[in-house]
Amino acid sequence: MTTHTSVLAVPHPAKPRSAFVAALMKPVPVIAAIVLAVIVIAVLGAGVWAPYDPLANDLANSLAGPSAEHWLGTDQLGRDVLSRLLYGGRPDLGAALLVACTALVVGVPLGMVAGYRGGRIDQFLMRIVDIGLALPSMVIVLLVLAVFGNQVIMGYLALGLLLVPPLIRIIRANAIAIRSELFIDAARVAGFSDTRIVFRHILPRLVGSVLVQASLIASMGLIFVSGLAYLGFGVSAPDPSWGTLIAEGAQITRQNPALLLAAGGVLGVTVLCLGLLGDTIRDASVARWARTPSRPSRIRRRRSPGDAAGAAPESSSLLSVRELSVEYGSVEQGQTVVDGVSFEIAAGEIVGLVGESGCGKSTLARAVLGLLRGGGVSGGAVSFEGVELTTATVGELRELRGTSFAFVSQEPLVALDPTQRIGTTLTDAVRLHTGSGRREARARARELLARVRFPDPERVLRLYPHEISGGMAQRIAIARALAGSPKLLIADEPTTALDVTVQAEVLDLLRELRASEGLSILIVTHDWGVVSDLCDRAVVMYAGQVVEQSATDALFHRPAHPYTAGLLASNPSGVAGGATRLPSIPGTIPLPSEWSTGCRFQSRCPLAVEVCGQGPVPLVQSPDGGTSRCLRVDQVERDIWSRDLVRGGAR
Amino acid sequence: MTAPVLEVEHLDVGYGRGRKTTQIVRDVSFRIEQGKTLGLVGESGSGKSTIGRAIVGLAPVLGGSIRLDGREIGQLDRRGRRAVAADLQVVFQDPYSSLNPAVTIEEILTEPLEAQGWRRKDARVRSAEMLDRVGLPASAGKRFVSGFSGGQRQRIAIARSLMSSPRLVICDEAVSALDLSVQAQVLNLLRDLQDTLDISYLFIGHNLEVVQFIADDFAVLHRGELVETGPADQVMRSPQDPYTRRLVSAILSPDPQEQRERREMRLVGARADLAAEISEKGNA
Amino acid sequence: MLTLVIRRLLWAVPLLVIVSLLAFVLLGLTPGDPARSILGPQATEAQLEAVRLSLGLDQPWYVQYWNWLTAALSGDLGTSMSSKTPVLAQLNSRLPVTLSLVVGATLVSSVLGIALGTYSAVRGGALGRFTDALSMLGFAIPNYWLGLVLVALFSVRLSWFPATGYVAFADSPSRWLLSIALPVITLAVGGITMIAKNTRDAMADVLTRDFIDVLRSEGWSESRIIYRHALRNAAIPVVTAIGIFFIGVLGGTVLVETVFAMPGLGGLAVGSTERHDIPVLLGVTLYFCIGVVIVNLLVDVAYGLLNPKARQS
Repeated sequence: MTTHTSVLAVPHPAKPRSAFVAALMKPVPVIAAIVLAVIVIAVLGAGVWAPYDPLANDLANSLAGPSAEHWLGTDQLGRDVLSRLLYGGRPDLGAALLVACTALVVGVPLGMVAGYRGGRIDQFLMRIVDIGLALPSMVIVLLVLAVFGNQVIMGYLALGLLLVPPLIRIIRANAIAIRSELFIDAARVAGFSDTRIVFRHILPRLVGSVLVQASLIASMGLIFVSGLAYLGFGVSAPDPSWGTLIAEGAQITRQNPALLLAAGGVLGVTVLCLGLLGDTIRDASVARWARTPSRPSRIRRRRSPGDAAGAAPESSSLLSVRELSVEYGSVEQGQTVVDGVSFEIAAGEIVGLVGESGCGKSTLARAVLGLLRGGGVSGGAVSFEGVELTTATVGELRELRGTSFAFVSQEPLVALDPTQRIGTTLTDAVRLHTGSGRREARARARELLARVRFPDPERVLRLYPHEISGGMAQRIAIARALAGSPKLLIADEPTTALDVTVQAEVLDLLRELRASEGLSILIVTHDWGVVSDLCDRAVVMYAGQVVEQSATDALFHRPAHPYTAGLLASNPSGVAGGATRLPSIPGTIPLPSEWSTGCRFQSRCPLAVEVCGQGPVPLVQSPDGGTSRCLRVDQVERDIWSRDLVRGGAR
Repeated sequence: MTAPVLEVEHLDVGYGRGRKTTQIVRDVSFRIEQGKTLGLVGESGSGKSTIGRAIVGLAPVLGGSIRLDGREIGQLDRRGRRAVAADLQVVFQDPYSSLNPAVTIEEILTEPLEAQGWRRKDARVRSAEMLDRVGLPASAGKRFVSGFSGGQRQRIAIARSLMSSPRLVICDEAVSALDLSVQAQVLNLLRDLQDTLDISYLFIGHNLEVVQFIADDFAVLHRGELVETGPADQVMRSPQDPYTRRLVSAILSPDPQEQRERREMRLVGARADLAAEISEKGNA
Repeated sequence: MLTLVIRRLLWAVPLLVIVSLLAFVLLGLTPGDPARSILGPQATEAQLEAVRLSLGLDQPWYVQYWNWLTAALSGDLGTSMSSKTPVLAQLNSRLPVTLSLVVGATLVSSVLGIALGTYSAVRGGALGRFTDALSMLGFAIPNYWLGLVLVALFSVRLSWFPATGYVAFADSPSRWLLSIALPVITLAVGGITMIAKNTRDAMADVLTRDFIDVLRSEGWSESRIIYRHALRNAAIPVVTAIGIFFIGVLGGTVLVETVFAMPGLGGLAVGSTERHDIPVLLGVTLYFCIGVVIVNLLVDVAYGLLNPKARQS
């Protein structure tokens, strides 16, 4: 078997089922389930544990408050309130069950058919759903009750049917979402029948949302049914139900408020427990199919001023990042994702921040901008023209943003407020930075658009974001970033979402802006082509650290870190036609939790020796004047990955 | 010349019917020989993925023919699909959405075979063999996909596509979502598998250099139409069609020196194209 | 925009036709003889026949439907079986009561719900969880029960508000306000929590989008980003929630008007159900449906104003 490049380390992922169970096993849902079970059992077994006959009058003892014999007191006719409450749950819970079953039996299959089949059936069903959603349920149920006299069961069935339209909508939306997953396409390519696809691939994913809806419908049914009983449409007079008990309780609030409070309370608690269970099931089903483990969300404290360590910035640099670290998670359980990064950008310089996903390059850029989400700077300093940013107040940062440094994001179309015209966005930006009047600002906006080569700026100003292409949007984003005449542009993968021809235009534009306005640019990218086309210098990151920093030419011809060399070699560009293999780095990128204390690239490195794992590797000067985080920097050459080196072979 | 594995002639693909039809692919023809790879390249919206989807029956064929080993497969029903599924497989771009998270990897691999009438036991043996081929331990079969990395998932998707020893695998942007170092691993894997199994690929992609590494021939698509076909290296070296020229000249080289030269060439070329356009307009 | 309004109005036609048709089919299923239920058990066969003839009950159901529909279009909704007065007059006399309650409850819950939801989305943390818990509680408490408790507490025990009854705005604006205060609060509690939850979720979603970060990087103040950009983008799901709440509150009046003995349409529906007075119930249904149509129209117009994409398509 020659096809192994490597037997990959396989993770031990939790079964989706156990993630599901784990999400359910939290205190709140467990308590809710227990309370619900107690209520249901108490009601079902009322005949066994009710202390009194619910219909037994005891006029001598009427309207008594709670006592040892009657825990919740008695009503006007001296009947035991607790016993009536226990028996009274039967009609309500039974009716709620009937309502929920009716709705689910009709709604779930129809929703699935509408969602999975689409087309005419879907259109027809959605018409009906539209009309059904507009029906005032309560009055329709009353109409049915008026027509069918005392057959209250017809009212329940009607209620069940009236809850079908929203159910169809939700099931349909879920079915459509699942249907658009590629594994359904794969099943269709394999030629599976629709029945098989529905039962094997779609239904299991729908169970969660059906359960959520079931709990919701059951609670709505319960509230509704008890309301009908309160109005007198339900069980007749002496027999108890929660709804009639509330009505009776309201009559005697002065003498014994326990009945009103207990009847409403037990109803409310039942609904509450159903709702809590539903919510938990929803969250659990989300957790079950989540693509990545959810990030810890607690925001780390901001560092106190004075933490900003490190030497004073060199006078020549515009931006200076020193020993910057970023952590996600809580104070006690922080996860470092950027680990002691230092670099500088001089005026008019273009620097590339290069690395693969998860290396921390985007987080680093966001940390510089002060836009971290759910994470915080845990050490080091960032200064812009001598102003320390990590300890700056919000107000101080706002002063600098837009006018000193500006940001261009990766997805140009979602970087624009969809409700505003381009003109509003641009003139707002101009007015914020220059304080000019509306008319002046608009003229300046036109200028900016012309600057990024729109032949007809006036037309562009009137457009909305949904009317423009990605390439246009990215040029607009650049124009917007220029509104405050910043000195530094921080761009996070600005061309990744664009087609190659458009990418070339945007890169040309950025290069031109540096030439004409002396703009400095920090560009985050994973693309060597972008680095070579645009950057003077590149900072290569791996596993949260800078592993190499060097001028672009030197980096390409004489990489000083094995990772840089490997990344360059894996790029299919320039591999002569007919070459059978790309040099590739074995193994996978380590997660932050797997970072070792020694060299983090050691396990994948062809030059690794024992000493590499023994402690933190410092940055050292590389022969070409850059820096490299490699103990064997002298051995690194461009073609170490093409040579047939076994790991440790250089020993 | 041997009979081609796949032969596409005058293919039209589109959605809707009657006057409301939106045609996405117009009059596209190409063929793929056994053991060869055709790279179908183009920018977003060019219709390249739609062609792949039409071949496997996920997009409606409006006209023309698609033949797999001489069998017409353009308008198959579900039963007919099942019959050709053993010979025709697909690997999608997004390795997260293309594998069902609710079943084990072994089930993902064996299900298509069982639908074709394999015995469960045989299918399991085969799945262990395929996991080994794509560089994953057999123990992975008992696991669920959650927790596997993108590259590992793409290996599983490749294993699934190879289970029934297909003649043709359609790789729809199959390495586009992967990081550079992982992308190289998967590209090598695909090439190794082709060498040992003699399968053909239709490799759909937007990155010309990635596609060039794996493809023997190129078919360049622009707005739903083929603008150029030919041996991959030749198309990259001397593109004939103006659009292909634009596409090739926009490729960035990782070598700063070379990139400076390419940029000059591109800007000169753009000016020349513009001049040609203006003179054409003047003549009209 | 205008075509949107027209399309929505046209959409209302099949709704009203279907609702009335449904009601008529139900009517055909009525077990008893309507003529007898009008005249009572002592009526002679000749009297019954006369009533049937005058009400058109001898005709096939579709002829009856057609007659009702044409009459309804000219503003004649028939005569109440129990009070023998025109249905339309009954409905119109009770409309202001229900309108006061429904509009009041919608306004109160929208304002308070959006405020609470926005605040908890921006503050996050414990307040966010508090809003979630509150919305769960607001859903779980049956509103008629809440009404009864409020009456027992504020009217019976503390005498701050009248327990029952309605005072017309024209008679005394201050007493009108007092008379609807408790029912409006009763109806609004569920709405405040529901709208707060929807606002919080929508805001939380919008605040994670890229354009918010880009605005921050531009140097705008957080409050401007929230009020000028985030809230507007979050408004569509919130408007949807308000529309749904309104439709729910229409049904809620049936119970709450009974609790507070308000002479509105909901209370009328309950009484008519007890008396099997179908023409009146049909009229109430029709009025509620028209209310739903108007609200859906307003919701659609709001979508158009909020979302340029919807406006242009």
